[in-house]
Amino acid sequence: MPSTQDLQQRLVSALPGAKVTVEDLTGGGDHFRAEVVSERFAGLSRIEQHQLVYGVFGDEVGGAIHALSIKTSTP
Amino acid sequence: MTDTEIREYIGQAINENEVMLFMKGTPEQPACGFSLRTSGALNALGVHYAALDVLPDPRIRSELSELSGWPTIPQLFIGGELVGGCDIVIEMYETGELAGKLGVEMPEEPEEAPPAAGADMPAQQGPIALENRLE
Repeated sequence: MPSTQDLQQRLVSALPGAKVTVEDLTGGGDHFRAEVVSERFAGLSRIEQHQLVYGVFGDEVGGAIHALSIKTSTP
Repeated sequence: MTDTEIREYIGQAINENEVMLFMKGTPEQPACGFSLRTSGALNALGVHYAALDVLPDPRIRSELSELSGWPTIPQLFIGGELVGGCDIVIEMYETGELAGKLGVEMPEEPEEAPPAAGADMPAQQGPIALENRLE
């Protein structure tokens, strides 16, 4: 079962320099919310920003990570 | 239905319905909080939209995600293009961007969370036929 720390670390390693906050919405280890502030998002549409974040977890989103709520922004 | 038929059906639903929502459950009975909030935003704007429940067959969801490149449900399409999932739709609802995209007025108190599906739902035309055909 993924932890908020796992998710946080994976996002930071995929998006170096990003400021990442992950919370477990239900305490059950499967519904998460990630707030990601990264320069990588500059020039991307909101959809592309979210897809970049989803892409870090691949098939796990919808699987082990039942739900991942995302908020993205640039610094 | 074969996988190909499901995929074709999904593609057709996206192309033929100006506002097309793929969700868990129905606008009347959402089966997930994210789907509820997303259909709630559309209901609050009073737009007509088609909705398809992905739950009756797991292949609907996998084919849809393959097609859209978006891993989660709900997914909202406007004019044949993916707008986003719950977070994006709610954010766009709150900023008024969604109303603008749909060419409708914002409700009078936009700062309030969109109401859940309920008695004030606009009459739905597309969704019923869509749901029945895939079950």
